[in-house]
Amino acid sequence: MIAALVVVFRESLEASLIVSIVMAASRGIEGRGRAIGFGLMAGLAGAALLAAFAGKISSMAGGMGNEYLKATALILAVIMIGWHHVWMGKHGSELTGQTRAVGKEVQEGVKPLSALAMICAIAVLREGSETVLFLYGIAAEGTAGGMLEGGLLGGAAATFLGILLYFGLLRIPMKHVFKITGLLLVLIAAGLSAQAASLLVQAGLLPSIGYDIWNTSKILPQDSALGLLLHVLVGYDDRPMGIQVVVYVATLAFILTPSFWVGGRQEDRTARSG
Amino acid sequence: MTSVIMFAMNCPKTTQLSPPGRTPTRMRLLVSLAVVSTVLSGTAAFAADTPAVAIKNHAFSPETLVLPAGKRIKLTIANADKTAEEFDSTDLHVEKMIAGGQTATVFIGPLEPGTYNFVGELHKATAYGTIVAK
Repeated sequence: MIAALVVVFRESLEASLIVSIVMAASRGIEGRGRAIGFGLMAGLAGAALLAAFAGKISSMAGGMGNEYLKATALILAVIMIGWHHVWMGKHGSELTGQTRAVGKEVQEGVKPLSALAMICAIAVLREGSETVLFLYGIAAEGTAGGMLEGGLLGGAAATFLGILLYFGLLRIPMKHVFKITGLLLVLIAAGLSAQAASLLVQAGLLPSIGYDIWNTSKILPQDSALGLLLHVLVGYDDRPMGIQVVVYVATLAFILTPSFWVGGRQEDRTARSG
Repeated sequence: MTSVIMFAMNCPKTTQLSPPGRTPTRMRLLVSLAVVSTVLSGTAAFAADTPAVAIKNHAFSPETLVLPAGKRIKLTIANADKTAEEFDSTDLHVEKMIAGGQTATVFIGPLEPGTYNFVGELHKATAYGTIVAK
């Protein structure tokens, strides 16, 4: 039972934390609850589908179907976070009420809602299918009783941590909250890119460029509570491959650079009009 | 990879990021294409031989594999059990879920000479093994 609890907790923590950050990052955007709820349901349905076709998918693309699929989902999530970041750079001040006029795009509903829903869906989908497979395996072995309860408890514990984080983020004053959630999402995106790179190395598509660029598994193991939390939130890896470091830095640069431009332009405009 | 790039190009929302004329979207796309192609062209040559491990009754056989160092290796893992197993190795930077009765492949290396441990994440007590790179 404890084993199942730990496995399901670990698999669902990332989804839970990402969803709570997305919830906090979309404060003040109308219809976000429905969009994120839809994302979650789509993610769960996708996870069940993936698990049902696991055999077929993993035998696709020369046995690398699973890696390609997951890497593609991760890269999509990164693109969505990047787009959200740029959008918030343009409209964040309207949502916090710092600008009196609500922008045309906010009013007309050109919002990053679909992007946010997609980020949540991918977060759930990614580890969800493996959790389903794992629980299915337990059920197939006939030892379902305590293990299934453990799994449910693990999922509940991860959800609870997500809710804690959400209410923690809610306490941040509106003026700063989007800066913080925005930064968290960008760091998460960089971490997701690094994970995508790792999958593509495993699939033989990318070179590893060195196995352990550093090894901090003795100081801060990635499977410890703090290590796991940092892994989810900022992409911490206790033994990264070279390609992961490269991709992490490239993603940060990739997302931050265009939004700096947009942010700068926005300030120019406000300065001119004011 | 291609599908992702196509998605970025077709996504109507990405084009709404900024007004036309000074949009950074196209440039970002070019940069991403450049990054992807650079990374792809750097892919190492793969070794031809394919060593294999089997999982039965939640244990690996053989439990010790001797593999050449300094080479990219394609490793095949056949799960003969009815239940899923996750082939997991922090030493080898590999984590692969294998459904019951399925065979999976992972690429590892190039390895420095030394020993590398792996486990079956879902049955750690009985499923473990070592790769020795020489």
